[in-house]
Amino acid sequence: MGLTAQSTWLGALKNEIAFEKFGTDSIIVALVGNPNTGKSTVFNSLTGLKQHTGNWPGKTVTCAEGFYEHKGEEISLVDLPGTYSLLPNSVEEEVARDFICFAKPQCCVVVTDATCLERNLNLVLQVLEITDRAVVCVNLIDEAKRKKIHIDLKKLSHILGVPVVGTNAREQEGLDRLKDEINNISLGKIKASPLKVKYDETIERAIKVIEESLYPLLKGELDSRWAALRLIEEDKRIIDMVNNADNLLSKELLKAALKEAKGILETRYACTDEIRDAIATAIVLKAEEISRATVRFENTHYNELDRKIDDILTSKLFGIPIMLALLGFVFWLTISGANYLSEILAESFFYVEDFLTDLFLYFGVPEWIYGAVVLGVYRTVAWVVSVMLPPMAIFFPLFTLLEDLGYLPRVAFNLDNFFKKAHTHGKQALTMCMGFGCNAAGVVSCRIIDSPRERLIATITNNFVPCNGRFPTLIALSTLFIAGSFGAFQTVIATIAVMVAIVFAVLITLMVSKILSQTILKGLPSTFTLELPPYRKPQFGRILVRSLLDRTIFVLARAALVAAPAGLIIWLMTNTYIDNISILGWCAKFFEPFGRIMGLDGYILLAFFLGLPANEIVIPIIIMSYTASNSLMELETLASLRQLLLANGWTWVTAVCTMIFSLNHFPCGTTLLTIYKETQSIKWTVASFLIPTVTGILLCIVFRLLVSLLGI
Amino acid sequence: MEREVVSLYKLPIGKSGRVKMLTANGNIRRRLMDLGLVENTVVEALRKSPSGDPTAYQFRGTVIALRSEEASNIFVHVC
Repeated sequence: MGLTAQSTWLGALKNEIAFEKFGTDSIIVALVGNPNTGKSTVFNSLTGLKQHTGNWPGKTVTCAEGFYEHKGEEISLVDLPGTYSLLPNSVEEEVARDFICFAKPQCCVVVTDATCLERNLNLVLQVLEITDRAVVCVNLIDEAKRKKIHIDLKKLSHILGVPVVGTNAREQEGLDRLKDEINNISLGKIKASPLKVKYDETIERAIKVIEESLYPLLKGELDSRWAALRLIEEDKRIIDMVNNADNLLSKELLKAALKEAKGILETRYACTDEIRDAIATAIVLKAEEISRATVRFENTHYNELDRKIDDILTSKLFGIPIMLALLGFVFWLTISGANYLSEILAESFFYVEDFLTDLFLYFGVPEWIYGAVVLGVYRTVAWVVSVMLPPMAIFFPLFTLLEDLGYLPRVAFNLDNFFKKAHTHGKQALTMCMGFGCNAAGVVSCRIIDSPRERLIATITNNFVPCNGRFPTLIALSTLFIAGSFGAFQTVIATIAVMVAIVFAVLITLMVSKILSQTILKGLPSTFTLELPPYRKPQFGRILVRSLLDRTIFVLARAALVAAPAGLIIWLMTNTYIDNISILGWCAKFFEPFGRIMGLDGYILLAFFLGLPANEIVIPIIIMSYTASNSLMELETLASLRQLLLANGWTWVTAVCTMIFSLNHFPCGTTLLTIYKETQSIKWTVASFLIPTVTGILLCIVFRLLVSLLGI
Repeated sequence: MEREVVSLYKLPIGKSGRVKMLTANGNIRRRLMDLGLVENTVVEALRKSPSGDPTAYQFRGTVIALRSEEASNIFVHVC
């Protein structure tokens, strides 16, 4: 990071990490914690709906900020990314650490999981090394009670030297006390004297030597003991900071001190790695010691039930079949429920359209404006919303439910080996599942993958799994052209065809991921550590709110944003004539030869391009072009659709090629926009456009050639 | 009695081991230690994934899945 150009290094760092929207008057409180500790539940329970999310400047790590008032104090709560440690192994950890170190929150709340306190204490101890202003929140205290785990909170608070509050954030228990303690620490009413981990005598001596000359340099802006420790383990970022410091005299002193410290350390340690080990080990052992003193397990088999569930859900025999059945059930619910809801929505949208028509007529608005606004923009947006909203409103809550239960990490566990062979991360399985709902949401979910290389692969390839917008195309075409002649078994055959398409999509994803891993995104899989957290009772109310707000509305808003201008363009293209042929017709003529090579025709190919705003409108555009009617429409029955397509030269080969291209072509506008936002890179956005498109073109050509060679 | 030392990857399912040393380097080593895999930590091999890898291990009250690459860099005394 470009710190060198800055004259005042602490100021520079502060700017670098400053979150754009911080309130100036309110007290800033940071929320840290391990993943899976219910940290976001604590956050939501404290702030309610008064929150907004944003990205860290230049980073793809999200952070949410929320507000609440307690006893006259306005608190701004910043939810930092979930991390296991503050020794920066990943972007998330770096963000969390930088915030605590340099943004100087008035209080730092460490959320821990009462059911596995020991592991969580590791992070607590690291936070206490940086700041005195901390409150420890022992969450999920009810789960611990249920598992007969007893925690002596008073003793814990005594040992740690900071306030400790037991909470059950889901039921709002203990939150008032937590808010009290946050106020106490933030306003300086309580002076905490937190426990600092003691290291072995050699390291302690080295710390002392460095601290002495480091202290004046830091001007109280940073804990000198902590900074000294980082210098001992040769943390690049802290070294850079010191190098850029402006107090030259102390710098010279510090250099001498560092040399002396190095001499001390060399008497015991052969290399920096050994020192790092010693530091990490000391913290882990301290956490173990504290846990032993404060936690009592009445029932040593407290996680027996979780194990039994895992025995089934991740068993060799049933693990994968159960997973497929569950996902299949989710899809079935989504597809069948969405059909019903879409119909209702479409009807109400057309009702509004009639109203708009009357309104435009009443005011005598010129016809072309009416056409562009109502038939173009409104109708396209209405179409996109009525087709996209219902499946998302069903799929996302179901998906969040599985997430809340703790099932999703098990999916990653079951499937990881396939991803390992493709040199990617097992969590990609989860981002793909999400992609079945919506690729834009799938791309956002790639944040759960730590390693940047693997995250990028998951982002680029997410589009290979068909989203809800493409399922209707797949279902309609396979019903018409593949299952059409099977009569009674039509639905079964169509379902099988769609399942084959899904399996095919997964295989393509794995293959492309592997190719990427061996070419432009070369690298070996990064460390894979996947926590399998205890199963938890999901919270239905919160699931609905969270999935509707976070995912559905988010995706929908972006979709509508892209659909509106596209609707206008499509309308203009069909209604502007040159030599008696609409622009749409001319474009289709241009695409005709390319379409033919791929087993398609000009109109189909053009429809895919015009369908950039949303995949849902691809089939409607094809229909529209064939019937030469001037705005989006849907034919009454599937039989009449079949007649129309056959009349325009479709065969089963055309249908299969259209399905192949539907599975493998550029992501929709919303997804592309999301990819750009997530990667902050035009290069990778273009790659995400080209890679699936080229794959699709090649597959279509190969398929068409195979068919004509075999003479089927 | 001298106990047998094996890599965690070779630890049979259902058995426990006590960490003797890590042979991983750099970030991987750091990440494993952060999770609590330091010397003398007792680790139990819980189960293999249906696809053969990774394996789920229980230590310090949590269940963590590790791929064979990571697990073969951790050496344990079989308990």
